[in-house]
Amino acid sequence: MDIFILQLINGLSLGSIYALVALGYSMVYGIVKLINFAHGDIIMVSCFTMYTAMEIAGLPLLVSIPLTLILTAVLGIIIEKLAYDRLISKGVERISLLITAIGVSIFLQSTFQLIFKADSLRYQAFLPSKTISLFGIEPSLKSVVTIIVSLVLMLALTLFVKLTKVGKAMRAASEDASAAKLMGINTSNVVAFTFAIGSLLAAVAGILYFESYPRIEPYMGGMLGLKAFVAAVIGGIGSIPGAMAGGLILGVAEAMTVSIGLSSYSDAVVFGILIIMLVLKPSGLFGKNIREKV
Amino acid sequence: MSAEKMLSVKDLHVYYGQIHAIKGIDFEVEQNEIVTLIGANGAGKTTILHTISGLIPAKEGEIKFCGNNLTAMAAHNVTKLGLSHVPEGRHVFSEMTVLENLEMGAYTRKDRSKISEDLDFIFTRLPRLKERRKQNAGTLSGGEQQMLAIGRAYMAKPKMMLLDEPTMGLSPLLVGEIFEIIKLVNQMGVTILLVEQNAKLALEISNRAYVLETGRMVMNGLSKDLLNDERVKDAYLGG
Repeated sequence: MDIFILQLINGLSLGSIYALVALGYSMVYGIVKLINFAHGDIIMVSCFTMYTAMEIAGLPLLVSIPLTLILTAVLGIIIEKLAYDRLISKGVERISLLITAIGVSIFLQSTFQLIFKADSLRYQAFLPSKTISLFGIEPSLKSVVTIIVSLVLMLALTLFVKLTKVGKAMRAASEDASAAKLMGINTSNVVAFTFAIGSLLAAVAGILYFESYPRIEPYMGGMLGLKAFVAAVIGGIGSIPGAMAGGLILGVAEAMTVSIGLSSYSDAVVFGILIIMLVLKPSGLFGKNIREKV
Repeated sequence: MSAEKMLSVKDLHVYYGQIHAIKGIDFEVEQNEIVTLIGANGAGKTTILHTISGLIPAKEGEIKFCGNNLTAMAAHNVTKLGLSHVPEGRHVFSEMTVLENLEMGAYTRKDRSKISEDLDFIFTRLPRLKERRKQNAGTLSGGEQQMLAIGRAYMAKPKMMLLDEPTMGLSPLLVGEIFEIIKLVNQMGVTILLVEQNAKLALEISNRAYVLETGRMVMNGLSKDLLNDERVKDAYLGG
């Protein structure tokens, strides 16, 4: 039983990282119907920023973390303004946005490969690798910190979207962009802001993930980003609680698969859940029925 | 063509892709008027409203509102100038509460105390919205959603309101109720440009009217004259 709970905690830890990344996919999709395939690479950029700040510039941890978060959020805005903004305001086909996103992804990967070379770099974890005692079980400190930080951020995001004026504008733009414009909402700024929040959450996810898996290389965003995207689809893309739930489900499923000794099948389980979901409820756990807008 | 026209549209041309939807129209709305655009489906009424509020671009021509040129202005800036658009099909935010919808209407305003006064006014005049203020707008009936859409536009404290088919799909009883609300909004000092399928009611409530046929204005005049015009009777008032 203890082993089960321990694995559950590991799963929730991994799942909360998927959830943080999935939120970025889902919120952006909710507003501009764009699957931002460069989102996974944002994680990679945040890790290299963290690496540069800590290992190359030698900055202290308490400077490196905020610096990484801010730079990553700003990068999100820059990408949106340079690559997507004009396409969105021209109302181009969705496929053009998607191809642009793939282009941004390749650009980021290649740029970082050019600067840092293709070999993986070791990254000095800052949290000690020890376990803590919690109600008679001994989970790793890293897992517990990851879960707590993620939950706090998810709660903060939920309250932000529910209660603040900007958050309400995000919901309005997500539901009906034209009507939101008629309210005087500058939807282009709302989209840029959504990219900033999504990138910030991805940066947090990146920093937490590479506490446990401290090797970074320019293509590392691919698989993590893909799994988070799967989490967003399982939860119902466009839905904030859906992204959270989808992430946690995937993380726990993956950890459980590993714990029963089938670790080489963990990716198969993740994508298997996706296939089952797409057959049973294509709109996802929290997804709404797709309604055509006039 | 004096300066005090609230809205003036000159030689407006609008394209939908390759389709020349609006072919050079001119019209004006003066302060405190109710002006109605009548015309068959596809005549271009909704296109004109969308072009005025900046949702679709004009190809040629000029739109002026209170001395400002709206022709190339983004929709959210048009709203800030005091021109609110109640779109066809209501377009309330159905996943947001009634109260949140009304708050979104006041998005561009900073005068908090005046906002709550206007909210009280709406809740006093439309008590059904007050009862349902914590419900999601998607749970309201069609008539209630239309009231909410008008209330939401009113919350912007506009000088002028564009109303697109506000009674579409509503029962005759509700149609009367919505028209009463439109009159009330006008009495509160809001100029109104109304697009309406129900031409008879629209002509009864309005001061002046323009008749639109396939992208061109074919007639205009005082509404009471158009009500008795044989051509208008034949084409729009059911003989």
